[in-house]
Amino acid sequence: MAKALVEKKRLEVLKTYKIYIGGQFPRTESGRYYMATNSKGEYLANVCLGSRKDFRDAVVAARNAFGGWSGRAAFNRGQILYRIAEMLEGRKAQFIDELTRQDSNKVQAEKEVNLCIDRLIYYSGWCDKFQQLYSSVNPVASSHFNFSVPEPTGVVAAIAPQNDSLLGLVSVIAPIIAGGNTGIVLASATKPLCAVTFAEVLNSSDLPGGVVNILTGKVAELVTFFADHMDVNATVFCESDAATQKMIKEKSALNVKRVVLYDKVKWADETGQSPYFIMDFQEIKTTWHPIENIGGAKAGY
Amino acid sequence: MAKVAKKNTLKLKFDSARNLAPAPESKRAAKIDPQYDLFINGKFEKPVSKKYFATINPATEEKLSMIAEANTADVNKAVKSARTAYDKTWKKMPPAERAKYIYRIARMIQERAREFAIIETLDGGKPIRESRDFDVPTAANHFFYYAGWADKLEYAFPNRKTEPLGVAGQIIPWNFPLLMAAWKIAPALACGNTVVLKPAENTSLTALKLAEIIQEADLPPGVVNIITGAGATGAAIVNHADINKIAFTGSTEVGKIIQRAIAGTNKKATLELGGKAANIIFDDAPLDQAVEGVINGIFFNQGHVCCAGSRLYVQESVFAAVVRKLKDRLETLIVGDPMDKNTDIGAINSKAQLDIINKYIKIGQQEGAEMYQSSCAIPKKGFYCRPTIFTNVAQSNRIAQEEIFGPVLAIQSFRTDDEVIEKANNSPYGLSAGVWTDKGSKIFNLTTKLRAGVIWANTFNKFDPTSPFGGYKESGYGREGGLHGLSAYINLIK
Amino acid sequence: MILTKTIPDFSTPVHVDQVGIEERASRFTKRSIKNETKINGLMLALNMIDLTTLEGKDTEGKVKQLCYKAQHLHDAYPGLPTVAAICVYPSMVKTAKTALGNSGIKVASVATAFPSGQAPRDIKIRDTKFAVQNGADEVDMVISRGKFLEGEYNFVFDEIAAIKEACGEARLKVILETGELVTYDKVRKASDIAMYAGADFIKTSTGKISPAATMPVTLVMLEAIRDFYYKTGKKIAMKPAGGISKSKLALHYLVMLNETLGEGWMNNEWFRFGASSLANDILMQLMKQKTGVYQSANYFTID
Repeated sequence: MAKALVEKKRLEVLKTYKIYIGGQFPRTESGRYYMATNSKGEYLANVCLGSRKDFRDAVVAARNAFGGWSGRAAFNRGQILYRIAEMLEGRKAQFIDELTRQDSNKVQAEKEVNLCIDRLIYYSGWCDKFQQLYSSVNPVASSHFNFSVPEPTGVVAAIAPQNDSLLGLVSVIAPIIAGGNTGIVLASATKPLCAVTFAEVLNSSDLPGGVVNILTGKVAELVTFFADHMDVNATVFCESDAATQKMIKEKSALNVKRVVLYDKVKWADETGQSPYFIMDFQEIKTTWHPIENIGGAKAGY
Repeated sequence: MAKVAKKNTLKLKFDSARNLAPAPESKRAAKIDPQYDLFINGKFEKPVSKKYFATINPATEEKLSMIAEANTADVNKAVKSARTAYDKTWKKMPPAERAKYIYRIARMIQERAREFAIIETLDGGKPIRESRDFDVPTAANHFFYYAGWADKLEYAFPNRKTEPLGVAGQIIPWNFPLLMAAWKIAPALACGNTVVLKPAENTSLTALKLAEIIQEADLPPGVVNIITGAGATGAAIVNHADINKIAFTGSTEVGKIIQRAIAGTNKKATLELGGKAANIIFDDAPLDQAVEGVINGIFFNQGHVCCAGSRLYVQESVFAAVVRKLKDRLETLIVGDPMDKNTDIGAINSKAQLDIINKYIKIGQQEGAEMYQSSCAIPKKGFYCRPTIFTNVAQSNRIAQEEIFGPVLAIQSFRTDDEVIEKANNSPYGLSAGVWTDKGSKIFNLTTKLRAGVIWANTFNKFDPTSPFGGYKESGYGREGGLHGLSAYINLIK
Repeated sequence: MILTKTIPDFSTPVHVDQVGIEERASRFTKRSIKNETKINGLMLALNMIDLTTLEGKDTEGKVKQLCYKAQHLHDAYPGLPTVAAICVYPSMVKTAKTALGNSGIKVASVATAFPSGQAPRDIKIRDTKFAVQNGADEVDMVISRGKFLEGEYNFVFDEIAAIKEACGEARLKVILETGELVTYDKVRKASDIAMYAGADFIKTSTGKISPAATMPVTLVMLEAIRDFYYKTGKKIAMKPAGGISKSKLALHYLVMLNETLGEGWMNNEWFRFGASSLANDILMQLMKQKTGVYQSANYFTID
């Protein structure tokens, strides 16, 4: 009898795919789900069908986290992004497995994960450097010290590129948080698995809860709220559907949101990363202060 | 009812503040070998010279280890290895991969932080609290910062592409041994150069430990070579024909020798030399914080700091209050065993340096300045100096002009803004300066007019990998740190 | 320098640099306090505590139990000092006085419409006199923060002077409520006003709002006391209150006190901790030093 038990195949414990809000993993408050399947129609998992209330809660979490995250030293943000890369590197095999289940092949999947890790390191390096490129001390004609610095926009609501499971998501999230913003990201509807697992990577990286919130669900159902929420500062959309783009721009006018469209970006090549992606979510603040002019006006040296 | 004294002979008592129970850091967490060889081409190799010299702990005068002395043949080997590594490996490596090696070094220093801090303290005499809280973390952060630039150089210089210079010869001093190694190696590697680095002969140990990390990080052999020795070894590096760039931090005197030696060659150089920084307190300054800044400015690291605030100018209306506060603060400084976690001021780095400092203290007294020293006890063995301030100092006193490089502060009074700007600039040096005032427009007035490379307003001795550091005039040229620090290690091409 | 008895003009700006004061305060926490320094420090801290109960639900029973605890901190450890004082509402002063007998522990009473201070002057004076008549050795008053923030510095000064008069022989602690003043400049100014107006102690907080005492805020006040001493020759005592519940933190405060004002202030005539749970943490640390093992809260009484 005992021998038979040992020889029987071990049953795998299936993962429950939840959403990630405020550093926690709740289920969707709506209780709804949809079945994620691969291109052959095979079942992958039951995934939360996120609701507008989930989005609402995620915005609250992102807003609460913004003060702390933007207030950290840039160097600290860089260290945390590097840690996210470390954690992702450690979980490479898991992501390769999930990507192959979602229609990739092993070689492509490994390339994709490697690119994501390297991209995170790339943005980690930018955290405390982009300011040096895009700030200025302005030589105004009056006796004032005048300087301009970039500051994070605030809460960014992004709909991740829908055609891939991991690369687009990471490429959109990294520059947003490297610049000190917090965000809510809606995963790819057809390939949602990696987004949820990536939330686990974020959760183990010293990233404060609420800085990144990840939802799963249908774009058509949620995109309006991504566009019209009054407490969101910028919205990101990566698909080329002109009608949706127009709708987003119109709704964003309600609170003059910044609208960022990434439909033409090729995430897989080197143009898929640059400090300009960070600057898409920065405001420029200029400060003036008088300079007294006493003494030392002679030869100088 | 409290008694009110008639004459102001009031004095606060701080003896017990200095007499805390010993809180020694344990040496056990650090491993120092009895002998170290030269780190060339990824391995530790015996010196061709066959010579070794002792390195001691200045707090106890005990020998710590034997260090190899590199001769010209050893220098040749090192430069050759750096050149080969540059041509065959490092120049061709994709920048993002280069970055990852440098990130590894940063993380590994963080992992072994405690060991590095202990060795730094034993070898150089600085308090363990400083090694632990400042030197080692800042060194790690410097590697972390520059690692991030390696694959972003195309953004750093508008309208210019960059290429590395080749092999950099780097010579560093004994006051911040590990930190100076980081300041030199990190940007050089990030920009694609390879390195031959010579630490100061008094303080080679943490550079050699860094070599161990470089091995563990699997950095391709020859990219970083660490060779030990004294002035002759340094000269051999400076004079070597196959070095493209010299980076030197040290005395102005040696800086000038180097500048002369490379004249007529194509070698590029950056020099970070001495200073005699002016720290200026205005009458509207936050006085207690200003005093704290002054104390940090001159007594931090036993005054062995090129940017030390060694000249203090105080506006006359607050002069008495400032001096009184300085004296009170002086009395709470603990001078003692650098391995005790409560020590504020450790050992002077060497007998030679202690002699120089004592010489200047005598000169100050002979010049008629009034000396005040803390009444603290100092250990009988080892090289120690009490924190010292001089009042009744004139601009023409030698102690107000010449770099002492020790815990000695020369204090003068001033009356108006233009007077102090002139006096602060009236020096062949120009490394740093400090301004203490609550008024913003005055800050910008001073920072615009002071001729120094680093101006600290309402703070002092602040360093960050993103912040460029370097001097005007005889304090040297070139900047280390930040975006501007990249210029030292690249060629700009169209 | 000539000692002065003149009162300064409180409308002149005061300069405290926040980053600088916080850096200096954090430097004190780097001191490593071990062995005999630690034990002496813990004993001293224990002896400096004003054991406090200031709750709406305080009763005679509660106060009596607290007073017993004050005299029997941990009988298992012989030779312990007592706390410095018990701090209660005026209505509990008589009970506390009786319960403490001739133990030497003082009775401190809050007064002047504590904690808000929003009441007319005659009520505040009556509140004070009531406490003093019932036997309070010390009175902890609150300043009128609203008036202070309106710039009515003379009002604040006069009020403190009037309460000091009403105190008679009792020592007056003036609570600035630093959490409501927010910036260090204001805390320094309020400290100066209180000292010139006759305070015996300056105290950080009521403990009813957050932030209460912090090291930087306490440092600002200690520096004010030092400057006042050098100007007038008069010593003023200091009390941080609220938020100090761990021994380690209390030891940091003592380092700060020792290095700012020196030995002359290192006793409970010139420094107090306003705390309720600190005492037990100190006792646990003392027992750990004595026995070598980490302690559990189960073995230390809660009163």
